[in-house]
Amino acid sequence: MRDNYQMVVIGGGPAGLGAALSARGDGLERILIVERDVELGGILNQCIHNGFGLHYFKEELTGPEYACRLIDSLEENGIDVACDTMVLAIEPTEGGQRVCLMSANEGYRFIETQALILAMGCRERTRGAIQIPGTRVAGILTAGTAQRYVNIEGYMVGKRVIILGSGDIGLIMARRLTLEGAKVLACVEIMPYSGGLSRNIVQCLNDYDIPLLLSHTITNIEGKKRVERVTVQQVNSSFVPIRRTEIDYEVDTVLLSVGLIPENELTRAAGIEIDPRTSGPVVFENNETSVAGVFACGNVLHVHDLVDYVTEESANAGKAAAAYVIDKQSMHESSKRTIAVVSDDSIGYTVPQKIRPTFIEKSIRIFFRVREPHKTPKRIILRDDDQVIASFRRPYMAPGEMEHVTISKDQIDQIENNQLSISIEA
Amino acid sequence: MRELICIVCPQGCHLTVDEDNDYEVTGNRCLRGVAYGKSEAMNPTRVVTSTVCVRSGVHARCPVKTDHPIPKGDAFRAMELLNGIQLIPPVQRGDIVVANILGHQANFIATRDIPE
Ligand SMILES: Cc1cc2nc3c(=O)[nH]c(=O)nc-3n(C[C@H](O)[C@H](O)[C@H](O)COP(=O)(O)OP(=O)(O)OC[C@H]3O[C@@H](n4cnc5c(N)ncnc54)[C@H](O)[C@@H]3O)c2cc1C
Ligand code: SF4
Repeated sequence: MRDNYQMVVIGGGPAGLGAALSARGDGLERILIVERDVELGGILNQCIHNGFGLHYFKEELTGPEYACRLIDSLEENGIDVACDTMVLAIEPTEGGQRVCLMSANEGYRFIETQALILAMGCRERTRGAIQIPGTRVAGILTAGTAQRYVNIEGYMVGKRVIILGSGDIGLIMARRLTLEGAKVLACVEIMPYSGGLSRNIVQCLNDYDIPLLLSHTITNIEGKKRVERVTVQQVNSSFVPIRRTEIDYEVDTVLLSVGLIPENELTRAAGIEIDPRTSGPVVFENNETSVAGVFACGNVLHVHDLVDYVTEESANAGKAAAAYVIDKQSMHESSKRTIAVVSDDSIGYTVPQKIRPTFIEKSIRIFFRVREPHKTPKRIILRDDDQVIASFRRPYMAPGEMEHVTISKDQIDQIENNQLSISIEA
Repeated sequence: MRELICIVCPQGCHLTVDEDNDYEVTGNRCLRGVAYGKSEAMNPTRVVTSTVCVRSGVHARCPVKTDHPIPKGDAFRAMELLNGIQLIPPVQRGDIVVANILGHQANFIATRDIPE
């Protein structure tokens, strides 16, 4: 490890690896990846199930296999890696950023870099964040923590399990624990639809006859030292529990699969602008944040359900960082005109949030999530004031599945105002 | 008649498969749904993934998968074959951990490298 790099990547998950590889491909020579875990790969190491890489590698891989492919190309490319090392802070300097690192081997130290990639991933919402009534007993954990215990450390988490929330990790763990001999009694979801991919509902719940209780929630958890019983109730359309719908389950374990939050403590502390809708940084078309030379990709930017899109997005970020370092151009200064991407209530968020037409080569992808499921065909309409810039038909959309549209440079060039609005219409 | 949800793409069409009529599929919005519906009704198969014990590695477990899908109903019996297995590093991904699972000509293979 040197003291001075062209690009430092924080986080060695698929986003960080993808960004490093693409920046290397575009000519950067001094790149460092900093990872707080003992090895690279991020969350993929614990996702031992298959279904990764269908879009990107055109093959159905497991999480560890997907990670191994990226790590192999990293080694061939001579990129520096510091594992077991945590980034504590980032500060702006004259020529870029100063990164403060901490590790057991080297202690506390600083590294200077011209470009910085934020790829810290996300973490799971915990019970505190959603407040279930009941006693504070052992046996309540997030689905991702359970995944780590079972798949990496080799500990079984319980014998009779109930899952709160129908996010993908919860669904995957329902199957995993069942195959390992546990009885999963139900998956309980407060919304009238599941937040997970339909393939996971079929392969993880239906295959093993695990009921999915929609419009239900856990209203009480009881037990002395460990969970002994939980009460599940149906909720009305305002999410208020309905009386006399109580069902009691004798369980020893409650898994929470109630959503992911981008991990942006470092980003906030560095004064980088955050979008409250994504909980991630606001980015431009090239994944650059509000601070010049700092780019973000992967789950730290917005929560992805498919790793393939993480890889694609991180390649975009790495390419932009390389251009920033090599051309020494500050994209913030050289570009005056910025188009803000805005959406109505039907859309939860968009990424990127801002577009600088000057930096678009051929086309740009805008990612978004719908707020509610659309089971009948709808149109996604992009407008500049009243003028329709582009329109896309989608037979089906759901909040659990990230959507995207691709617009060409020509279409962007048609925009006269500084706002591009996206809406879903019949 | 069997009701299935097609999982080939995110649309998740609700398929109906008629076993008495040459496994005729209805409810599909594209042809891939027909192929899925037929094979799912005739012989549903799955790739099974799990982990096995590793002796003295950095990690306690090594992830494995079946290199081909096996009949869905045999998943639990296949899992039993993994009990008691202990790998000794180095392990390379692709190494066969259990050969010819239950006579299905599929193997459990390691899905990551574990260095010595
Ligand atoms: C528990 C869980 C299960 C998931 N399961 C699936 C799935 O089955 N299929 C799927 O397609 N997607 C799944 N996802 C989504 C998945 O996270 C993404 O597909 C992808 O792994 C995101 O990549 P990433 O690199 O952005 O984040 P991560 O893989 O989370 O990598 C971020 C890395 O940054 C490191 N890091 C964070 N902060 C610091 C710091 N300050 N200093 C140094 N290092 C730091 C972390 O240790 C981590 O290794 C899952 C997510 C979670 C949380
Ligand atoms: S039938 Fe076709 S459109 Fe419908 S879910 Fe299957 S693959 Fe998708």
